[in-house]
Amino acid sequence: MPEAHRKLERSTIGFVLAIVVVASIGGLVEIAPLFTIDETVEEVEDMRVYTPLELAGRNIYIREGCYACHSQMIRTLRDEVERYGPYSLAVESQYDHPMLWGSKRTGPDLARVGGKYSDEWHVAHLVDPRAVVPESKMPAYAWLQRNTLKTDDLPDHLMAMLRVGVPYRDAMIENAARDAFAQAYPDSDMAEGVAERYGEDTNIRAFDGDPGRLTEMDALVAYLQIVGQLTDAAHEKRTGEQVVRAEETE
Amino acid sequence: MAIGERDPITGRHTTGHEWNGIEELDNRVPRAVIFFLIVTTLFSIVYWVLMPAWPLGVTYTKGLLGIDQRATVEKAVQEAAARRAAWTDEIARLDFAEITKRPELMRIVRESGSTLFGDNCAACHGTDAKGNPGFPSLADDAWLWGGDPETVAETLRIGINSTHPETRFAQMPAFGRDGILDRTAISSIVSFIRNNAQGIDDLGPLDSKGVKEGAQLFAENCAACHGEDGRGDPAMGAPDLMDDSWLIGSDRASLIGTVSQGRQGHMPHWEDRLTETDRKILAIYVTEIAGGRAGAAR
Repeated sequence: MPEAHRKLERSTIGFVLAIVVVASIGGLVEIAPLFTIDETVEEVEDMRVYTPLELAGRNIYIREGCYACHSQMIRTLRDEVERYGPYSLAVESQYDHPMLWGSKRTGPDLARVGGKYSDEWHVAHLVDPRAVVPESKMPAYAWLQRNTLKTDDLPDHLMAMLRVGVPYRDAMIENAARDAFAQAYPDSDMAEGVAERYGEDTNIRAFDGDPGRLTEMDALVAYLQIVGQLTDAAHEKRTGEQVVRAEETE
Repeated sequence: MAIGERDPITGRHTTGHEWNGIEELDNRVPRAVIFFLIVTTLFSIVYWVLMPAWPLGVTYTKGLLGIDQRATVEKAVQEAAARRAAWTDEIARLDFAEITKRPELMRIVRESGSTLFGDNCAACHGTDAKGNPGFPSLADDAWLWGGDPETVAETLRIGINSTHPETRFAQMPAFGRDGILDRTAISSIVSFIRNNAQGIDDLGPLDSKGVKEGAQLFAENCAACHGEDGRGDPAMGAPDLMDDSWLIGSDRASLIGTVSQGRQGHMPHWEDRLTETDRKILAIYVTEIAGGRAGAAR
């Protein structure tokens, strides 16, 4: 054995290949099989996809690096469940490419922030965090309110999501730019199309307070208001099935 | 020195590398390291047997201990709820007036209420509950929808202009934007309000213009919700315009903005997020901040 190793470590290519093989064992054994295990991603019926506006907001969330300070992952620990709400399920990130679970909390976890605060609060807070939370150390993102949202590439973004398995329909892709505008313009004729394509529960509001103009603020607030709201699975699990499972194991 | 040669002093093999005449001995891996590797390997084998570990296609080995994180956290939450049951049951059972008469319950309400307020309410209403522009202060006597604990608890449950089916609903029309009143009329109404409300001491030359017309216009346009005397109506969530509490601001610009653009504040509903007991605790906590008069109607 020491002789074989002596030989291997003297061959550059051979040793690099050996390192690659050894280093990938962890991933192959621990991660890859999860994709085949039935329980990994729960099957739920009410899971819906992000609307184009929410997807655009998600892209802004990534662009501004929000994930660096905010996680979107409530762990299975009592203090987290009692503070934030039901622990995160894999299915909730089913259409997240890439997922934004994060691993560091300079600010609070955002997995259940959707619907927790009003749109006005999100806007006021993003424009100047210390105006509403004096002890906050979050940077201000006031320019989001001024920047017009780029919508012409939204069909491409939806198409890209479709390629990695998010079930966007043709009508959704065709109307992506129009739906993005309509979701923040509740009184327009186009708003009905959003509810029709994405469900009656879709938030259709002037997120930044100005219905006539589609800004990056609209997109980011629309996204923040849907985080954790794509499915009720986590809440159902807590009240129904999970309790039964807990009893079974006792 | 070439591979396989021995160092003349120690008699050990060398690695064959040489740097400026300095060579490296090819020593064995120390025993302590080998021992550590053996122990950790044994530990992992024991762990595989006891805990969920190996993937088997569509399933996995569940482990002899039957440990499941989800069941564990569920149990921990239930146990904690059981430990708190002694006082949560009391709070759930008693009505607001009875709770406020029990000092030992009020001590818990203050402690638990402070945490709940910090986690859920402070973002908008401020850690000191004094509010922010657009987000009402809860630390004063002015209430949009009523300040007795029962009403506050109901507001918490259904929210204001929220997505709850029973939500409280209020919307002030945009008198300017929607063309109901012209600029002069709006200016007159603002003059009337500023001249009659309490605690406005920065009256300027503009405020003396159109007070009389403002009174007339107020009666025609505003009194339906804010009352003939302008004291508001908690049944409709219409704020009192004669007190010294201002949601946005009492300066001319803020008031003209409000009358011309309208207002519709939003408070999320908390029925899905907080338990009934938690909302009850918060209602008492908040009304106590507002003046230590929990249990007494406004």
